[in-house]
Amino acid sequence: MEFLSNINSITSYLPELMMVLTILCVFIMEAIPKYRPYTFLASCIGLISSGILLSLSSSSTDLLFEGMLINDSFSIYFKWLILLSTFSIILVSKDDNSVVSEVKGEYYGMLLIITLGMFAMVSAKNLLMIYLSIEMVSIPSYIIAGISKNNKESNEASLKYVIYGSFASGIMLFGLSLLYGVSGSLDIGLVASKVISFESSAAIYMAILFILVGFGYKISMVPFHYWTPDVYQGAPITVTAFLSVAPKAAGFAILIRFFYTLFIDNVEILQWPQLIAVLAALTMTVGNVLALDQSNIKRLLAYSSISHVGYMLVAFSVVSLDSIVSIMFYMFFYLFMNLSAFYMAIYMSNKYNAKTIDQWNGIGIKVPVLSFFMVLSLASLAGLPPTSGFVAKVYILRNLFADNGFLWLGVVAIINTVISLYYYFKIVKAMYFMNNDELELKECCPLLFWSIVIFSLQNIIFYIYWPKLIETLNFIVLNTGLV
Amino acid sequence: MNSSILSLLIFIPVFGALSMLIVSVLSNKEIIPKQNKDIYKYIALITTGIQLLLAIILYMKFDPTLSVIESPFTVQLDWIPSFNIQYYIGVDGLSMPMIILAALLSFLCILISWNVEKHVLGYFSLFLLLDAGMMGVFMSLDFFLFYVFWEVMLLPMYFLIGMWGGPQRHYAAIKFFLYTLFGSVFMLLGMLALYFYAPGGNSFNLIHLITQAPQIDASLWGFDMRLLIWFALFIGFAIKVPVFPFHTWLPLAHVEAPTAISVILAGVLLKMGTYGFLRISYPLLPEEAASFSFMMALLGVINIIWGALNAIAQIDLKKMIAYSSVSHMGYVLLGMSGIVGGEAVGAEAGMNGAVMQMFNHGTITAMLFTLVGVLYDQAHHRWIVYPMDYKDPELAGKLGFGGLASKMPIFNGFIVLAFFAGLGLPALSGFISEAMCFIGGFGSFRVLTMIGTLGILFNAIYFLRAYQKVFQGPFNEKYSDLKDMSMRDLGIIIPLAFLTLLFGVYPQPLLEIVRHSMTKIILLVQPYI
Repeated sequence: MEFLSNINSITSYLPELMMVLTILCVFIMEAIPKYRPYTFLASCIGLISSGILLSLSSSSTDLLFEGMLINDSFSIYFKWLILLSTFSIILVSKDDNSVVSEVKGEYYGMLLIITLGMFAMVSAKNLLMIYLSIEMVSIPSYIIAGISKNNKESNEASLKYVIYGSFASGIMLFGLSLLYGVSGSLDIGLVASKVISFESSAAIYMAILFILVGFGYKISMVPFHYWTPDVYQGAPITVTAFLSVAPKAAGFAILIRFFYTLFIDNVEILQWPQLIAVLAALTMTVGNVLALDQSNIKRLLAYSSISHVGYMLVAFSVVSLDSIVSIMFYMFFYLFMNLSAFYMAIYMSNKYNAKTIDQWNGIGIKVPVLSFFMVLSLASLAGLPPTSGFVAKVYILRNLFADNGFLWLGVVAIINTVISLYYYFKIVKAMYFMNNDELELKECCPLLFWSIVIFSLQNIIFYIYWPKLIETLNFIVLNTGLV
Repeated sequence: MNSSILSLLIFIPVFGALSMLIVSVLSNKEIIPKQNKDIYKYIALITTGIQLLLAIILYMKFDPTLSVIESPFTVQLDWIPSFNIQYYIGVDGLSMPMIILAALLSFLCILISWNVEKHVLGYFSLFLLLDAGMMGVFMSLDFFLFYVFWEVMLLPMYFLIGMWGGPQRHYAAIKFFLYTLFGSVFMLLGMLALYFYAPGGNSFNLIHLITQAPQIDASLWGFDMRLLIWFALFIGFAIKVPVFPFHTWLPLAHVEAPTAISVILAGVLLKMGTYGFLRISYPLLPEEAASFSFMMALLGVINIIWGALNAIAQIDLKKMIAYSSVSHMGYVLLGMSGIVGGEAVGAEAGMNGAVMQMFNHGTITAMLFTLVGVLYDQAHHRWIVYPMDYKDPELAGKLGFGGLASKMPIFNGFIVLAFFAGLGLPALSGFISEAMCFIGGFGSFRVLTMIGTLGILFNAIYFLRAYQKVFQGPFNEKYSDLKDMSMRDLGIIIPLAFLTLLFGVYPQPLLEIVRHSMTKIILLVQPYI
């Protein structure tokens, strides 16, 4: 592990630099009316070339920019997840009408800034960098949540998001400064070595709690989840889809890196896994129980995403390499199942102006192919075999048994699975069991259609690459030196 | 051929469903001429026909004395090596009757559903998926595989009840789904506990676990781990059987489901619960099986009495038959509890009787549901007596039918056979297996079994009373245009009636298949008495 100077770091930082270039291009093109229609193309090309650079970049344990960032395989994995979700959201947004076309260019640009911020988030190795990257993700998020200027709900969402977000990050900053005060250093590697020998665990515990507020808000962990349903409901639906996956992936990456670097050697003293276990149980249960009675599809999916965060936190409450693998595995398939469900909701909202579940009535008979894939995604979200959602949940539960720690959490988790089935199948019920003779068939644009099909299909064809994926994840985790 | 026959049995329905989809896509794109909807019915019929033939071939070649490990049909392949999950399927004396039953009833159910007109493609492809799941459950020797097949059936079943069922179908479908899922997630916990706590390497292999699982030495929250696993598995299987008090999903689902699905539910799906006990709980946790046999006997007797008393109270024919299933599954539990009988004869009688009762109840209940379905299709109701709050006040409290025997003599003949088989008349298959279950139960729990025999009396009450009210007495002129059974109905009923009669007078072929496997389970459990 070496500290690389700023100049030497640049070779490992090319994907991000490409992204910066793209962002500049997009905003300049947005300003010139002649080039405005090409912002979509520019952002796609930018993301693809950033992806190519990312696949060419090799992982190393060297610290970039004098210890600010790290480009290890762990961060590269999450960068891929983030890149994939951003790219597919941009593709889907092209024909979407929830964001008016006048601001599409800004919208793409904001998405790219968030992506850049998340790239920094998953590789941050410095307390200040952590704070900066989270803010870099948050501020454009506030903007795109309110990007439909004439929509009151969207404005409300944005305002709630700003107030809640700034409050949470303020508290987190206080936690970070506590750590700085304790250790006298900003580099989390150095902080870690100080934290172990620091006598008063009360200060450390305060820091953990405050920092959890910040991270918990980012991944919408209970009790910091209150913004989620309102923002998800109010924001344009493509933004909601984006917010439900990418920032959560980044949030989990930083959560894992932070806790596994700083508080791993004094787990026995600090007992933070116990805290996480309780929070996980709360997150799952609150998310699922509150989802039961929702009729707005975006709000329902918001609560569902909260409950999925709960499942991932279940694994986080067990300190082991396997549990990190299972979170990464879960995140991978959560991306596919959640985005495909959201894409179907985007189709329904664009073509049928459907906001509530009632408006989905009879769609299963009218649009059989897409509905079939929606059922597949919902079954996967509910964790029914033989879909990937089930296997991912088994991996999560497996940690509890391997460690013999919180088996009660396993019981909570599986009862939550049963609860979640009810509201996911409320949608299926509307789609298939309810009749609506007035429904007309409306064509789905090809980009959206294939996004739904390909993403949803991952939930069943993953058997082909399941062993390979696990092997890769094991390799990543072993070689990152987290534990 | 030998090694692929089991896989074929599972995957032929999947191929059938896929070929339906292909036909539908091709005819929508007009690559092949526009097809009549009947093509899907024929594909389903051919698929299940081949499956039934394969099952019969399997039965011909099957040697009951061989264990699954020695059997030439067993297939063991790696599926997910990193998790040590195998594609491990085999057949023994316990699964053989269930495979025949599932194949036979699937084939007949396609015939029963020939009148389906709504979304034909959906109905038959879902039915075939359900069929594949059933076959898979009865063959899996890897717990993970077993679990996957177990759950694969839920989704088709949900749609089949919810889209093609009766007036309360939406509620029935989700209730069925939630109940069964609630049970199976506990089974999942039990499965993972077995995987992680059994010594000798993490494995889902059920044969391997027979030797490893009893050695589990751990405890949780002050309870023995094996005890907790037993209870987790118990909840999963008991909801499926269904054991009192988990039975409330059953009457609703059975009544609301279309006839063919009721047949599958009662004929095959309920057996999966008891099959799970015999395949997994008993061999893997023999000590707990022995110590909880009193609970099994008690629950069995409660099932018998409670189911029968409920059936007496019913005025809807289908609901009455649904509750009779609860009662009849109680015999299976009582027979299984006989495993702790001091004398080997009693234990064997009980265990063999349990498996035979699973098979016989499958055929008898299929007959009952089919016959009620035939009547319902023509009369559009199935009230024995109209309820007091019936929407037409003129009919409220009056007899639903009356004197049908003179109008439908052939139908009457078969319903007499089915009702008598249901109430356990000697010379019909139900009698043999029920008697064996009682012998088994009597060897271990005398008083309980004596109370249980009251069930026979109660069974007679509701079957005879229903027969009297519907088929005897003065003929109700409203039904003068009822037709007797068609050739298709006869084709469905005759094989079932034949099996009922055959195993009533000559149960030896069935007993011979079951016996050896049951002896093995008894030998595993006996040391712990």
